[in-house]
Amino acid sequence: MSASNENGSRGGQRAGVFDVRQVIAALFVLYGLVCTLMGLFGTSSREIEQAAGVNINLWSGIGMLVFAGAFILWGWLRPIIVPTESDTESS
Amino acid sequence: MHVLAQEQLRLDAGPVDYLLLALYFAFVLGIGLLARRSVSSSLDFFLSGRSLPAWVTGLAFIAANLGAVEIIGMSANGAQYGMPTMHYFWVGAIPAMLFLGVVMMPFYYGSKVRSVPEFMLRRFGKAAHLVNAISFAVAQLLIAGVNLFLLASIVNVLLGWPLWVSVIIAALIVLSYTGLGGLSAAIYNEVLQFFVIVAALLPLTVVGMIKVGGWSGLVDKISAQYGANELSAWPGNELTGFGSNFLSVLGIVFGLGFVLAFGYWTTNFVEVQRAMASKSMSAAQRTPIIGAFPKMLIPFLVIIPGMIAGASVQEMMALKQTGESNVEYNDALLLLMRDLLPNGILGIALAGLLASFMAGMAANLSSFNTVFTYDIWQAYIVRNRPDSYYLSMGRWVTVGSTVVAIGTAFIASGYSNLMDYLQQLFSLFNAPLFATFILGMFWKRMTPAAGWSGLVFGTAASLSVFLMAETGVLELPGQGASFVGAGAAFVVDIVVSVVVSLATRPKPAAELVGLVYGLTPKEDRTASNTGEDAGWYRRPALLAGIALVIVVVLNIIFG
Repeated sequence: MSASNENGSRGGQRAGVFDVRQVIAALFVLYGLVCTLMGLFGTSSREIEQAAGVNINLWSGIGMLVFAGAFILWGWLRPIIVPTESDTESS
Repeated sequence: MHVLAQEQLRLDAGPVDYLLLALYFAFVLGIGLLARRSVSSSLDFFLSGRSLPAWVTGLAFIAANLGAVEIIGMSANGAQYGMPTMHYFWVGAIPAMLFLGVVMMPFYYGSKVRSVPEFMLRRFGKAAHLVNAISFAVAQLLIAGVNLFLLASIVNVLLGWPLWVSVIIAALIVLSYTGLGGLSAAIYNEVLQFFVIVAALLPLTVVGMIKVGGWSGLVDKISAQYGANELSAWPGNELTGFGSNFLSVLGIVFGLGFVLAFGYWTTNFVEVQRAMASKSMSAAQRTPIIGAFPKMLIPFLVIIPGMIAGASVQEMMALKQTGESNVEYNDALLLLMRDLLPNGILGIALAGLLASFMAGMAANLSSFNTVFTYDIWQAYIVRNRPDSYYLSMGRWVTVGSTVVAIGTAFIASGYSNLMDYLQQLFSLFNAPLFATFILGMFWKRMTPAAGWSGLVFGTAASLSVFLMAETGVLELPGQGASFVGAGAAFVVDIVVSVVVSLATRPKPAAELVGLVYGLTPKEDRTASNTGEDAGWYRRPALLAGIALVIVVVLNIIFG
């Protein structure tokens, strides 16, 4: 998982400097790959029949990969901008 | 204690499913560690340094509530009652969330209080503050127990571990990330959990729908087996327990929609804390409003699978028709997963369930430790220490509350329909709170004495309705008793507050600026609309209007 961008870790007041979008995308890339592969190679015809004839592993795997791609794209187009001076009022 | 029928519910999880589960836990703990790096003061730990964007807090707002109660309880209600369960979302959540964002958030965020009880302190003084802080803390520990119990029963079903081992292990996992990263870790995990929960429930719903032959297939099956009552949301007699249609609609609109829902969503610090963590007034206002959009659609992923289970899973059909079976309504979702999902997606479904239960419990813990540390410990027990003291205190409180939640988990296990149990708790604690808040925010004459006495008598009123229903003096099956209890609490609270206010002295107006509507200048109540808050799609009132229109349309379509 990726700590985001060019912010480094100085300035202790900045809670939430890492980009949660990339973390979510990373998990769903892995989930999507596992499910797609299961759908292609690991799902028996009995299981497909049980799931009303749908190869649900394959379809959800593809869905999750698309979702992860969208989140990566979003993070890339709109990166988190970390202000140099934060104005929280805590001590 | 409810012993799950092992062979029936044991899911056929394989190595791939465990791999997917393990991946999920690695990410959860990773977020805890990443979030820890950014915690350097108690404000970071308890309120994420007030720095989060609105979409993050908005999704966390929903996910914090998308715990076991929602997933298991609402699918159980869906299987048992059908469409009337939709009221918990469309009537019982959305209007209150919009109200919180548009009307109440300016006071919460604008006054810079760190918790809901702290608002009580500033508005009404110490007595009301203490009543609120203690009742909230107690409620959170009870509800954390419910979430923990459900989390443990899933682990118990899946792995076959004894329930008490599952309870302790589940508690340790939640403790490790909330203790490390505080609210940021809880919130970021809630956002991740939200998506994992959707990834778990969406395929289940889709496959289930195809299995029963689409929407028309589901309608046919349910009306043939159980009658058409379960297919329309109104008037919902089965749900409320009222024989008369008029009383039933009244109970839903006033009891659930107004008192219970507004009490829960607008004064519950678990929810409000998420909005307080956002980075501007505009973002704080948008938090519950953004949350309202996914919230409208969640019933399709929770109630519909429950109904599908009721119409197609053998054991569920037996339970509905004869009332006798070795499964319970709470098992609806698990049974459907067992029947439909192959290995692979099954692992994700399990991760989603565990995610949801952890989200609920983490939310309870993170709000409990804030209230306990700021509003009880710092305010009354150990005052004037450096901030670092309260930060480490917060971590220890998290540990302590986890231990107590393990105890309350065993109390929760005594109730078969957890939704009933939670509604009872909410009506006891939240309904009078809302009455006090709404009166206090709009009526500057309301006095400190009225603040605490209204709360005490309101809570006593809902407690007596609860006891009368338990002992059989009041005959109200379903969830009618909590609707009546909430209504009674609200009315008693308002009456007592008004009477006491007229007899005692109000606070001077100068002390109420920022806390009472009439005494707060308009510019202090209005969010900025420049910079990061610019654009029509970031205007809270407009977004709220759009949400309201959609929810009315949904009620017409499925009414």
